[in-house]
Amino acid sequence: MKHLNLSYFATCALLMASGCVRNDEPYRVSFPMLNPAHADTGAGSWKTILLKAPDEVAVATPTASTAADYRLELQEILARQEQKTKKDEAALEYWGAGTVLRWNEILRELVAKYNLPTVANPDGSYPIPSNNNPLAYPYFPFSNPPYAARAYAYVSAAQYDALVAATHYRQKFRRPNPSKANTSIQELIPVAGNYSYPSDDITAAGAAVALMKLLFPGEQAYLEGKLQECINTMILSGTCVRSDADAGEKLGRDVAAKFIARARTDRAGSTVGTPADWKKLEDNAIARGEIPWISQETPKRPPMLPLFGKVSGFLVDSAAMVGNRPAPPPSIHSEQFKRELAEVKAYSKSATREQFRIVHFWGDGVGTYTPPGHWNAIACEDFAKEHFSEVRWARNLALLNMSMMDAVICCWDAKFYYFNPRPSQIDPEIKTLTGLPNFPSYTSGHSTFSGAAATLLGHIIPQRAAAYNAMALEASLSRLYGAIHYRSDIETGMNMGISIGTKAVQRAQTDGAE
Amino acid sequence: MQLNIYPLLVAIGLCSAPLHAQTDQDALWMPAKNICGGFVYQYGSWNHYWEGKLYRENENIGTFSSHAVMAMANYGINDNLNLIVALPWVHNKVSAGTLIGQQGIQDLSAALKQYLLGRNLGKNYSLHLAGVAGISTPLSDYVADYLPLSIGMRSTNGFARLIADVVKQKWYATATASFMLRSNIKIDRTAYYTTEMNYGNVVNMPALATVQLRLGYRKSADHYIELLTEHMETIGGFDIRRNDMPFPSNNMDLLRTGINAKWGLGSSGLSLMGSGMYTLAGRNMGRSTTFSLGVVYQTDFSKKVHVQP
Repeated sequence: MKHLNLSYFATCALLMASGCVRNDEPYRVSFPMLNPAHADTGAGSWKTILLKAPDEVAVATPTASTAADYRLELQEILARQEQKTKKDEAALEYWGAGTVLRWNEILRELVAKYNLPTVANPDGSYPIPSNNNPLAYPYFPFSNPPYAARAYAYVSAAQYDALVAATHYRQKFRRPNPSKANTSIQELIPVAGNYSYPSDDITAAGAAVALMKLLFPGEQAYLEGKLQECINTMILSGTCVRSDADAGEKLGRDVAAKFIARARTDRAGSTVGTPADWKKLEDNAIARGEIPWISQETPKRPPMLPLFGKVSGFLVDSAAMVGNRPAPPPSIHSEQFKRELAEVKAYSKSATREQFRIVHFWGDGVGTYTPPGHWNAIACEDFAKEHFSEVRWARNLALLNMSMMDAVICCWDAKFYYFNPRPSQIDPEIKTLTGLPNFPSYTSGHSTFSGAAATLLGHIIPQRAAAYNAMALEASLSRLYGAIHYRSDIETGMNMGISIGTKAVQRAQTDGAE
Repeated sequence: MQLNIYPLLVAIGLCSAPLHAQTDQDALWMPAKNICGGFVYQYGSWNHYWEGKLYRENENIGTFSSHAVMAMANYGINDNLNLIVALPWVHNKVSAGTLIGQQGIQDLSAALKQYLLGRNLGKNYSLHLAGVAGISTPLSDYVADYLPLSIGMRSTNGFARLIADVVKQKWYATATASFMLRSNIKIDRTAYYTTEMNYGNVVNMPALATVQLRLGYRKSADHYIELLTEHMETIGGFDIRRNDMPFPSNNMDLLRTGINAKWGLGSSGLSLMGSGMYTLAGRNMGRSTTFSLGVVYQTDFSKKVHVQP
């Protein structure tokens, strides 16, 4: 009997151990193959962002479909398709969901990877990451929300301009798809349109890689590796030959160069500021009779990118931004301020489990893809159901991300103009449900991002407009529930965001895509 | 990172009773139809932790402290089979920074402990083997993805343990080896970064393996004192990145040592318990020091003389 017991326990242990063989793949959203409802072959005339004309960047005339070189390229596809492996099939499923989508995901991943504040030096100062030495600690960049919003905007906008140009050239050169040139070639992923030179998938990839190498200089090898995987998969898929891919990659990189030139002069490089700048912000608040913001971290950390409000946006010009700067937050000495502070404290003291869920669902803090990344994730899941072409994907993401970049510029302008304290600075008894951001309170970044994103997305997919507005409101309230923002911060931030989102909608209505 | 990575039951020595009693870790049994129940208070704190393998402090956390009260009971189904249940209430807080503390009922655990075999080894040495199988599951909807302040991990766990006990008169040595499988958990956000991006609210929790060695002296039926050393590690999991927050599926390893003692209060049926544990090494965990104090009461429903298995 006792031996039986022993074997019983041994069996249980084995059964339990066998259950621990787990799939180590990361969790992914399951996206269908991109099968555009419309090829958008007229996108060559859509309004570009930086390009002055769709042919501003030259693309070489392709070799004729009768040329020997081209036939060899077709043979390459056939050889690859004959030798297709399981790994190839996984790659087809991955990249076949759309290259604009996948490069957006890769960007979100890099943002999350680099979104970590630096550790203080022993003397209490903080090291500042340098793009000249990205792989030594502190790693460059610290992809905090302003940095990330700008990164999403540049990558999406460059992809959009590049894809408009690619569409223009495909219609110009009219090189037929490989499956038309050689009927033995299968199309392993759905194909939109009849022409393949230059490849739209690889144009989007080339533009993304060029910009992401600038934004995440420590990831050169990773990004080039992903690009080769993307190119090899698209050739295998039978949607493009190697010269289609090469021309697309070059076009993408050349268009990206225009955006890189803009990025080098958009003033983002000097947004950290100097101790003298930080002191001035404090003095300005004191001069207005208010209590200035003070970092609640130990040791005190300089504010996050205090000069980001000076970065040049895509949709809102600086003068208009300053002209439309929101009215000041309630004075620290006002009754309204006291009421709002009491409201924050009440939420902190009596947080429900549902409020915790909301705070953490929208937290998007340290180590995450940030609030703009969250809105990209929401957008991508919905765009996938709309069967957009690659160029329309890029256009919609460009509008979304330009609006969020401009949202953070306007928000940061207000934050550092008013430089007002967080609730827990004024009342240290207020405890927060999430990490306290290290910058002034007014207006709420989450609310501004969300107002802009929901407004633009509701225009793109009108049947989801009410849902986006509800999400934006919840994201906004999450900052009040989390006890890190006053009601004025979130309400004014939301209104700012909506007005910036409206600018993006106005552009959408006139860019030729609707 | 957390103080109590798995239900307190498996970590603390508890219930006292004449000759038998005990937790699901030790080699002692409640006799048939005896029940022993009581409460244990535990306090633990740390002001340094391991971020991956890097030993550090964090001025925005300061000192982490945890108070817990655990209700527990051990019932002798028969002389060779005990049912042990426990339910802790936990309160965690930090002394610096702005993050709000957490408190609530944690995980209910239930374990069956079966005596397997005994052998006389000669020269007054005897060997006893036992097996434990149990489960634990959260009883409240606490937040898991808020470490180090979360009161638990929210996984439902199954665990199995082998206990080998060598006794020579009043001296004994007990070795245990445990394996715990943990269910996936759901968190409140829909994307998280481990060593790569994960899209979804489901987190795979790595399994846990623990070995423990106790050396003790049992003066009489209800008095003992023992030294113990325990090594716990997750099978898998990832390291906290530089200056990131901890996460439930981190690689969590711990080596700690301490002392357990028990005092029976005469024939009253009451016993006092105490323990102290000190952490020697770890990974993605706080370097905690813990103390516990408990009182338990045993009743015999059988009205029979106990026979030791």
